[in-house]
Amino acid sequence: MIAHVLAQIGRPVLAVLAAFGRVTLFAFDTIRHLLSPPFYRREFAVALVQIGWFSLPVVGLTAFFTGGALALQIYSGGARFSAEAVVPQIVAIGMARELGPVLGGLMVAARVASSIAAEIGTMKVTEQIDALVTLSTHPMKYLTVPRVLAATLAVPLLVAVGDSIGILGGWLVGVSTLGFNASTYLKNTTDFLEFWDVASGLVKGAVFGFIVALMGCYFGMNSGRGAQGVGAATKAAVVGASVMILAANYVLTRMFFTS
Amino acid sequence: MITLSGVQKSFGPNRVLRGVEMTIAKGQSLVIIGGSGTGKSVLLKCVLGLVTPDAGTITLEGQDVTGGDRNAFLARFGMLFQGGALFDSLRVWENVAFRLLRGDKAMPKDQARAVAIEKLRRVGLTPNVADLFPGELSGGMQKRVGLARAIAANPEVIFFDEPTTGLDPIMSGVINALIREIVVEMGSTAMTITHDMSSVRAIADQVAMLHDGLIRWSGPVTEMDAASDPYLQQFIHGRATGPITSLR
Repeated sequence: MIAHVLAQIGRPVLAVLAAFGRVTLFAFDTIRHLLSPPFYRREFAVALVQIGWFSLPVVGLTAFFTGGALALQIYSGGARFSAEAVVPQIVAIGMARELGPVLGGLMVAARVASSIAAEIGTMKVTEQIDALVTLSTHPMKYLTVPRVLAATLAVPLLVAVGDSIGILGGWLVGVSTLGFNASTYLKNTTDFLEFWDVASGLVKGAVFGFIVALMGCYFGMNSGRGAQGVGAATKAAVVGASVMILAANYVLTRMFFTS
Repeated sequence: MITLSGVQKSFGPNRVLRGVEMTIAKGQSLVIIGGSGTGKSVLLKCVLGLVTPDAGTITLEGQDVTGGDRNAFLARFGMLFQGGALFDSLRVWENVAFRLLRGDKAMPKDQARAVAIEKLRRVGLTPNVADLFPGELSGGMQKRVGLARAIAANPEVIFFDEPTTGLDPIMSGVINALIREIVVEMGSTAMTITHDMSSVRAIADQVAMLHDGLIRWSGPVTEMDAASDPYLQQFIHGRATGPITSLR
């Protein structure tokens, strides 16, 4: 009976550990191919536009509403101990250090990891990946490297834009609803925000971008057969990327802000 | 010459290939026949190195296909996939010229496009399809584009995986005739897998029947009808009864 219960627990744990190991090997393989020629510039440029430019609206809207809601929450929460005045500072630090990169990463995970997994999964099911190999083109170099590099570079930029829009959202709510002076709000934001607050968020963005594209490519390349296989790969890519972003966020936050 | 010796491949408990022995002479067109799920595609993918055999050796001109420079090795091959396997995101001419635009011997874009259009013309397609995307083409046209891509770099060996599956009889006849013409014209070695007997008769110099993971019968296509092997006879005449059992 006890052995049966332990087996029930152990089986999924082993499966998760094995999957983590496979993803880690895939990541090393990606880095190895990134460091050796050939490099497909056109595929990289297309991926940069797809991942960076086309994610701007969703990341911007998410940041804008999050910044506004954050200002309202801090104001009402701060009122309990007469700290309403710290709204600009907390919105800025919250967006730059945490909400900008995490929510940006999650939105990109939903949009990009799913699209990469579905695209590569469909390519696998329709033998396009086999066709690449027969045409002397390594699928890792042609499909994975451009996407992973593009996401690693694009997501920090998205985070920077998201931070600015989030702070703008907080400013708009602060000025229009909470009675803050417009210029004082901005001055408090810029005076309080330090270089590392912003830089740490950008580093997080790069790591999250790497994770998003990696998971999309991994699950796409390992997609099962048929529409069901591609659907399962897409779902696994989004769930995997989201969980890994949250876990990586904790690890990075601990590295950056506890000493 | 391609030689397969004792090639075995299993997927879990399923032993797909059980020791395949086969030789394809240079310049010959070999067609492998066999029922669905008998391992024809796996065998072809083993030769190309897309699937690694569990045991046995496969050599091309005496050189093991798994060793040496893979890109140089693959550059000697062309392949027409069952569903075409055209890249959706690329235009038709970019699909055909894919190999010509990449690698050590990459051509300038204009030159590669000219070659692609010439190859499209060779398979009966007009230059105005060159700038379309694969999704805008019919199944038969996609097969032709796949064929043009397979021959774009003038390969020594061409593989055809179920070239007429999903096509109407007339289009099947057109594709079969094209394959035969191109193989003869280019002097390439060809390996085709199919269960379409009209393709076999149109394309093959030699025929090999794969059954239960082994080559059950092989010989010239001219001797196929007179062969006494009951498995071969059941297959080529499409009889429901015989030594090959099927689920009904």
